[in-house]
Amino acid sequence: MIRLENINKTYFGAQPLHVLKGINLNVEDGEMVSIMGASGSGKSTLLNILGILDNYDTGDYYLNDKLVKDLTENQAADMRNRMIGFIFQSFNLIPFKTAMENVALPLYYQNVNRKKRNQLAMEYLERFGLKEWADHYPNELSGGQKQRVSMARALVTQPKIILADEPTGALDSKTSAEVMQILREVNQTGITMVIVTHERGIALRTNKIIHLKDGVIENIETNNPDQLDFNQEIK
Amino acid sequence: MFDFDGLKEIWQTIARNKTRSLLTAFGVFWGVFLLVVLSSTGNGFENGMMRQVEGVTPNTGLFFTGTTSEPYKGYQKGRNWSMNLSDLEAIKDNVPNIVAISPEASVWTSEDKNVVYGNRSGSYTVKGVMPEYDYIMKSRILKGRFINNADIANHRKVCLLGKRAYEELFDKDENPLGKMIRVNGLYFQVVGVISTYNTNVQINGSPDESVVLPFTTMQQLFSKGDKIDFFMLAASDNASIAEVEEKVKQLLKERHDIAPDDKTAISSFNLEEVFKMFKGLFLGIHILIWIVGLGTLLSGIIGVSNIMLVTVKERTREIGVRRAIGAKPKNIITQVLSESLLLTTLAGLVGLCIGVGIMAVVGMVVSNMLSDNMMFQDPNMSFTAAVTATIIVIISGLLAGVLPAWRAIQIKAIDAIREE
Repeated sequence: MIRLENINKTYFGAQPLHVLKGINLNVEDGEMVSIMGASGSGKSTLLNILGILDNYDTGDYYLNDKLVKDLTENQAADMRNRMIGFIFQSFNLIPFKTAMENVALPLYYQNVNRKKRNQLAMEYLERFGLKEWADHYPNELSGGQKQRVSMARALVTQPKIILADEPTGALDSKTSAEVMQILREVNQTGITMVIVTHERGIALRTNKIIHLKDGVIENIETNNPDQLDFNQEIK
Repeated sequence: MFDFDGLKEIWQTIARNKTRSLLTAFGVFWGVFLLVVLSSTGNGFENGMMRQVEGVTPNTGLFFTGTTSEPYKGYQKGRNWSMNLSDLEAIKDNVPNIVAISPEASVWTSEDKNVVYGNRSGSYTVKGVMPEYDYIMKSRILKGRFINNADIANHRKVCLLGKRAYEELFDKDENPLGKMIRVNGLYFQVVGVISTYNTNVQINGSPDESVVLPFTTMQQLFSKGDKIDFFMLAASDNASIAEVEEKVKQLLKERHDIAPDDKTAISSFNLEEVFKMFKGLFLGIHILIWIVGLGTLLSGIIGVSNIMLVTVKERTREIGVRRAIGAKPKNIITQVLSESLLLTTLAGLVGLCIGVGIMAVVGMVVSNMLSDNMMFQDPNMSFTAAVTATIIVIISGLLAGVLPAWRAIQIKAIDAIREE
């Protein structure tokens, strides 16, 4: 699903910063992996490149066997819209839209008509147990509810992969466990999942832990999350 | 992207951010509102002023005689002289650009009540004019007709009554046409009732309080001979009345042996200068109004642009999220431009409607409040001006959105969603 070949990325500022130094990575279809690393290790940059939010200098990135390189803004937007679902630490819901409208928004950019959009959005909200909250604005929702809304938004376009940037960073441990449980269930429906985190407890719930250090992959740890008691609190 | 769904999406953004939208729109609303109010007020004054001179042809000159101040061709100075009908013929033949010329002469009487009908009577100015008079000093014909060429040719004993004279001599609803009235001892048949368009420009008494006879009839019946008291003429629209005036004076001086440089023998004045002054004044007022109005509007639009810029900055995250979940640059540009366009257009139209509404009320109050002589009347904006203002608002709404839209697409999704 994801194939990175010798990806390099340098930020050119006052001092050029070589953030990613030749990343080679394979993520298979339906895998659930986590990326760990200290701040400055390049994990966010890597996620941005995976999410086609940022470009890279050299190397090749294949997403679903398609080379992602030198895309126009429109192609990138289209690919993001159809292939990738994003989940963010701070949820990034649009404050003046209701839960349902937030979930429906990606479909708006696919030119799906309003009725169909809202119907699909309701289906996903229902799936996450938020049917009664559909008409509420984000500031009327709890952190866990917000993250569930944003998961619904990420999934509504039926993407191939989910990219989650510290999905539990703003949540307490109990809610974190719930969110991870949901992500795992989503993964079991066949959607590839990449989670950036700095919490080992979160990483342990994925199949593969990629340790990033100073722009290179230090090691890849294989892990069997099924041994974990999922009801156990994370932190 | 200008489908209904897109419009709904944009409307939602505007409607759910009420304070922001209202603040943004207020500048444009105020600009348009002021433009409408100012422009209407200017028009109100112009209408009021123009009403004062309604019915008067601007290219009009009036000529009358005085005593000579220079000795010439054997005549001494201080001589009284008078003009006659043949002078008018000569003027018509020799001076170009004259469209109408009419003598006027009055009959003076010592009688107290000089006009009589039945058992009623009153004292009114009696004057004789030519049909052309109506071109120069337009009258409102309330009943019947004006003096015509046949009246002149046949020296008919007919007359026109001024409105006031008619009201005083006749019963209400009584038809005066065809009735005989006695004027200075002689009987004339009434053929028309006239009124003046305005009471501010009047020569030789108010037309409302006079009895008008065909010039030739008056000459004959009241032994006026060939003499005329004064005459008026109207020059063609594109001719200068001042030039015509000069030529007429020259001709008259030649015909009556008056020194060419005699300043007092012939007096004249024309309304052109007054009209020019009026027109210049109102042109100036209109230009000022549009400069002030458009200036206010411009600052409103800059305000919109400014607030939109700040808004875009404030909405970095929202725009970034939209980009991340698949909005194309086109979508973002369309969104910002449409928001700006919709806001300014709505604000502009509201300003236009409220402005027009208020001025309509003002107009009604003013017209109910005071007499015809108000210097302020019908304060309204012309339809073209309103349409122009609307088009300006719409175009500037688009322009106001350009910079914010450009800023918005500079926002990269990663910048927006990166945790600070």
